[in-house]
Formats: sequence, C-alpha cells, structure tokens
Amino acid sequence: MEKRLGTRDPGPLPALRRLTRMSNDPAVEIRGLVKRYGPKTAVDGLDLTVRTASVTAVLGPNGAGKTTTVETCEGYHRPDAGTVRVLGLDPVAEADALRPRIGVMLQSGGVYSGARAVEMLRHMAKLYANPLDVDTLVERLGLGSCGRTVYRRLSGGQQQRLALAMAVVGRPELVFLDEPTAGLDPQARRGTWELVRELRADGVSVVLTTHHMDEAEQLADEVAIIDTGRVIAHGTPEQLCRGGAENTLRFTGRPSLDLASLLKALPDGTEAAELTAGVYRVTGDVHPQLLATVASWCAQHGVMPDSLAVERHTLEDVFLELTGKELRA
Amino acid sequence: MSAGAFTPAAGAAPVSRMILAQTALETRMLLRNGEQLLLTVIIPALLLVLFSTVDIITVPVREGSAAQEPVDFLAPGVLALAVMSTAFTGQAIATGFDRRYGVLKRLGASPLPRWALMSAKTLSVLVTEVLQIALLTVIALALGWSPQGNPLSVALLILLGTAAFSGLGLLMAGTLKAEATLAAANLVFLLLLVGGGVIVPLDKFPAAVQSVLGLLPISALSDGLREVLQQGASLPWGDVAVLAVWAVLGLGAAARFFRWE
Repeated sequence: MEKRLGTRDPGPLPALRRLTRMSNDPAVEIRGLVKRYGPKTAVDGLDLTVRTASVTAVLGPNGAGKTTTVETCEGYHRPDAGTVRVLGLDPVAEADALRPRIGVMLQSGGVYSGARAVEMLRHMAKLYANPLDVDTLVERLGLGSCGRTVYRRLSGGQQQRLALAMAVVGRPELVFLDEPTAGLDPQARRGTWELVRELRADGVSVVLTTHHMDEAEQLADEVAIIDTGRVIAHGTPEQLCRGGAENTLRFTGRPSLDLASLLKALPDGTEAAELTAGVYRVTGDVHPQLLATVASWCAQHGVMPDSLAVERHTLEDVFLELTGKELRA
Repeated sequence: MSAGAFTPAAGAAPVSRMILAQTALETRMLLRNGEQLLLTVIIPALLLVLFSTVDIITVPVREGSAAQEPVDFLAPGVLALAVMSTAFTGQAIATGFDRRYGVLKRLGASPLPRWALMSAKTLSVLVTEVLQIALLTVIALALGWSPQGNPLSVALLILLGTAAFSGLGLLMAGTLKAEATLAAANLVFLLLLVGGGVIVPLDKFPAAVQSVLGLLPISALSDGLREVLQQGASLPWGDVAVLAVWAVLGLGAAARFFRWE
C-alpha cells in the first residue's frame, strides 16, 4: 500500500502524502464492477466516482443493485469483475486498514437484540481512537428518551437513528448510509438530512442510497441513477433535471381554444397542446417572460385560467423517462 | 453539535481495548438473558442439589476412594454440564441470533478484527464459566463435597472441553438458521445431559452403547473431571485425547464453514 501511494505522490512524509491524497483523489472509485449471485447478476458493469467531502446519492428502485454496490465498497463482497477502491484501498484485501476509516449504516439490524441503545453506541465508540462524545451525539439524534431501552423494543425510527449514530461515532472520513431515512417520520427525516449536511460541511464524504427523489434532490451534490445493476445517468440534480425533456407550463380554461394564435405569440421551439378538453400544456424553455406571454394571451382571448402551474422536471420524471419504470414500483 | 464536530479523526482503538470492551459487552448480553441463565446456572445447580439429597439413582462410589458421598460423583458431572451449557448451548444460541440480527455483519465493518471478536467471545465464555464454577463449588461444598486431585488438571480439562464445545457451538450457529440452532442446541443439551455421564453413570447403559457414548465430548469431560476430582488421578490421558480431537475437529469445521451473514 505504501508503495502504491508512494508512486502516486513521492512526498517524504506519510502525513503529507495522506493529506494530498485526501484532497485530490476520489473517496470511492468503482470501475466496471460486476457482482453475481448464482445465475442472477446484481451489479452489471457499474462505474461510479465519489468526490471527497461531497454527498453522492445512489438512486434506484428495489433490486437495482444499490445495496450490493455499497456493500462491495464496505468489503462485504468480493467483485466478480472490475475494481473498487475506497479511500485508495482495496476493501477486501486491505480491509484492516480501511475499516477504521469508514462509517457504515446497514439497511437494518446490526445491534444485539438485548443491548440498550446508548450501551451499544458507547460500545462502538470504544472501538475507535478518537470517537465523538456519545452524550452529545445521543442528544443530537434525539435518542436520549430511549437510551436505556433494549434494541428490540425501539421503534423503527429509533433503530434507524441509532444505526446512523453508530456510523458516525468513530469520526470516519467516509460514511455509507443504506436507506438512512427509510421508515422515518418527516421530522426525523429532516433531522437526518441536517446531519448529512453537517457531515459534508465538516469534510466527511457521504454515500447514501435512497429511492426517494426529494432526498436525492435535497441532499446530493451528485446523483447516480442505477437500474438493473448499471449507472444509467449521473450528474448533479440540476444537470439531471435539465437534461431530457424540458419544463412545462400547464393551465386550464374553456375547451377548444385557438392554440395556433397562442403559438404565434410564443418563442420558436415552444409547443402547445390540449391534453384533454380544457387542459392545456405548453412545453419549452419556461421562463418568466413566457409565463407573462401566456397570461396576456389569455387576457386577450377572454380566458380565465382556473389553474396555471409551472411543472418542474423532477428526478422522478428523469427516472421514468430513462427506464419506463416508476422508481418506487 | 458544534461546527467541525464531525471533522474526520478516524482510527482504531488499541486492539487490547477493543477486546476488553467486546468481552464486557458479550458477557453482559449473556448474563442479561434469562433463558441463558436457566441453562447455565439454574439447571446445573438444581440437578446438583436434587440428586445429591434425594436418592433417585444409585451413584457408583468406588471402594478405596477418599470421596464417598453422592455429591462426590455428581459435582464433577455437573461442572462438565456447566461448561457445556455455556460453551456449547449458550454460545450457539447467542451467536446464531447475533448472526441473524446482523450484529456479526455490522461488527465486521468496524475496526474490530474477526479474530479479536472471536477472542472476546471466548473470553466471555471463560468469564461466565468461572462464575458458574464458583457458584456450583460453593453449593457442592455445602452438600459435603470433598474434591481431590490437582486443580491444574481440572483447569486443563475444562479449557479443552471449552474449546471442543465452542467449536461445535460455533459450527452450529454459523451454518444453521437461528431458530434451528435454538432448537438443536437445546435438544443436544438434553440428550448429552442424559447420555453423557453427567448424572446417569455410563455403566447403566448396555456395553455396546457405552463405548460409543464414552467418545462424546461431554462423557470425556465428565469422566475426566471425575477421575481427577473423585479418584485423585493426576491426568486422565484418554479423556484429554478425546477432548483434543473434538476441539480440533470442531474448531476446524467452524473456521471452514462459518458464514458471517
């Protein structure tokens, strides 16, 4: 390992070398990952790069290969083909060097059924050299009221928050969160989002899997949309939402309006259609001027638009267009 | 939390501290479990008291031996039972459910190496055995037990027995489903309690069956302990050999076939 780092950066001090590596190299680099379970191919030639100190959301439906990908990074599975480097290390061959530096939140479980919440967290803290203060973390995640409750009697949300606390207590450089907000109520969900933002602000790299679009849009610097074991789209949420179909404006009025005259008033490249009787859609580059044009056209033609709405293109639409499938199907 | 609280400062604790913390947690989990306490403490203690004070079966007390009371026959067998209940039954059930609840998987992504986790589990078993043996010894002494022999021979037999039972328990926990382990471990406990020379002397069985039963780890441990504690033998090599073979086979198979998920 020293040798490989050395060829990349021949700095004389190990500490300096590591600093250089952390700031320049990706936190995770996956090239052509293939993982099969018997006849089933869970991951099928997947590429993914995670930048240091960023949040990357791996978005996809159940069975897309999200968990297998993340668990391969955590060292649980040996790739059938391709390479995986996490913090520059091979997660299987160099597991002992890697594990102290990553935080892991499994999709479920991971705690003795008879262990009390805070007892388990305190135990995890003892396995690390410079852990976070357990009491502060307990308070931050709202686990104080159930701190003495044994794991099997915690609610699903409390179990999720305990697993999150266990993932960050060792002050890792990189955390993997497998569906961190599954089963959380809206308030707890926002609390988890807030924590993820704090992690990134403090320089921690975060990889999270989700099948909630809003979560990816809210949190992620980059989104990798995966389906049937491959990345089918990758970019910032803005890039992904801009690409493909443009935004639309939808309004309702009386049926059979003269759309030809509307189109004359609109810029080139804009389309207008009556979807069903009295429901109209304008597709194109939707900006304030276009909105004003449509409104004044309505005024000229004595049309009172009962509703007028700009529809933003969401990751949900992107996913539907790319795969023809609903994300949460 | 204040800004900068999560700034990475990753690193593993010293391995000795990890093993100590893991041993303490494993032992607390074991002692907190009521069903486990029934197996490890209450059943051995009850058997000891019941069979020492009530004349249910005649226990063989050899002529010329210094130890002549029923408790002198029973105490070594009950100690062997205590070792089996913790190292085999208790460990199999607990580890089976740890595996089922993803505890082994989660700890596998922590800085704790696997060998350190297994060391901690073994230490936790040994701590529990020390507590069991202390309690059972007090009860047996109160019932008039007069133990003979060399304590070091006793310690060696118990360590070998622990290794043999741990290997078999982990093999079961690492290959079967948690519910199957629960059922099988309890059944095996019951069968070996009856057929392993713990309270029923092996010479009550037909000769053909006897020679097979004598090769069981529980028979070797109870017979070995009896040779030392009742007869004052220095070290029963035959029993030591049987336990050593079981330990090598059990631990070897567990290392080969144990599935962590």
